[in-house]
Amino acid sequence: MRRTVLSLIFIAAIASMIYSCQGADQLKQDIYYTNGRDIYIKNCQNCHGVNGEGLGALTPGLTDSIFLKENKQKIACIIKYGMDSTITINGQQFEDKMPDFNTLANIDLAQLIVYVTNSFGNKQGMYTPEQVAADLKKCSN
Amino acid sequence: MKSRAYLFYTLLSCFILLFSACQENRKLPVYGQREAITVKNPDGSTSIDTLYQSIPAFRFLNQDSVYIDNATFKDKIYIADFFFTSCSGICPVMHRNMKDIYEKYKDNPKVMFLSHTIDFKYDKPNVLKRYAKKLGVNTSKWQFAYGEKEPVYQLAKDYLVAVFEDSKEKENYVHEGYLILVDQQKHIRGAYDGTNPDQVAQLLKDLPVLLAEDNK
Ligand code: HEC
Repeated sequence: MRRTVLSLIFIAAIASMIYSCQGADQLKQDIYYTNGRDIYIKNCQNCHGVNGEGLGALTPGLTDSIFLKENKQKIACIIKYGMDSTITINGQQFEDKMPDFNTLANIDLAQLIVYVTNSFGNKQGMYTPEQVAADLKKCSN
Repeated sequence: MKSRAYLFYTLLSCFILLFSACQENRKLPVYGQREAITVKNPDGSTSIDTLYQSIPAFRFLNQDSVYIDNATFKDKIYIADFFFTSCSGICPVMHRNMKDIYEKYKDNPKVMFLSHTIDFKYDKPNVLKRYAKKLGVNTSKWQFAYGEKEPVYQLAKDYLVAVFEDSKEKENYVHEGYLILVDQQKHIRGAYDGTNPDQVAQLLKDLPVLLAEDNK
């Protein structure tokens, strides 16, 4: 009896340790998300909208989770250097130019991307400044 | 007994008066310069009247390469603004908001929209047409006007909107984001920051007030 109680307490302790570690990761992601939202409101919301809905056929929405998932490694490049090509988002073609935001630091980009890829129906989780640095090395333009 | 009925009716009429006074009878101000003028009355006497600033005559090409002028907006009230198609700052917000109003008043022929481009180099009618289409505007209710620099920049002054060219700016053009409400007499009746949700909400409240006034 005593043994079972002890082992239960032990399991509970381990579980709460794992849980609080996850909590720390989650907390970091939440901070990134909140900061990212501020950067989004200031720089992106005018074109992409409060709810990432875009603007007619001028600006694509950020609600196409498949596009954002498949192009996760390119998002940092798109934001930092802008984009001027023809793309299909949610079945609609877009051809206008997105301006560059080359004054944003890697940490800003990471926070912004955490916000965008975890809002508007997207759920991609954490993204770090180190990943931004690695992705930016591979920009094609 | 008689005096009681008297009291009752007096009170009742007081209430009716009070309530009718409560009914909204708001009137929008008239903006801009004004001057006093002397007018001749039919009986030969004279009196003083006020002459308000109004939007002067203009003539520009629209998105369909057709000339538009004051007559295009005869008997209409309209919302005007200044923008350019490659503007990546405030214009998308202004036109997102204007588009919402356009949708709300789609079925009201008395309301029109007029956007003047200040990019006289690039925003030719075909560019305006492409822009309008992408914004989702395909009726003549919303006119996009192209003109030479001189007349357009001068007209902006008459709308009390600051616009200028600045080669030091990344995008070369600078302008204020006001949505200007113009009545049937071409008087300016409101100026709302098209990027500010509160002011756009106020515009939505003022529009019916102006419409009601013109219906009298
Ligand atoms: C001036 C309007 C404008 C602004 C401001 C803007 N974008 Fe864009 N964005 C566009 C346009 C237009 C495209 C499509 C470009 C193309 O077709 O080549 C685009 C494409 C994108 C894409 C890829 C396509 C998609 O919809 O998923 C992403 C991601 C994106 N923008 C994110 C951002 C972020 C984050 C910001 C803020 C830093 C931002 N944009 C600011 C206009 C804008």
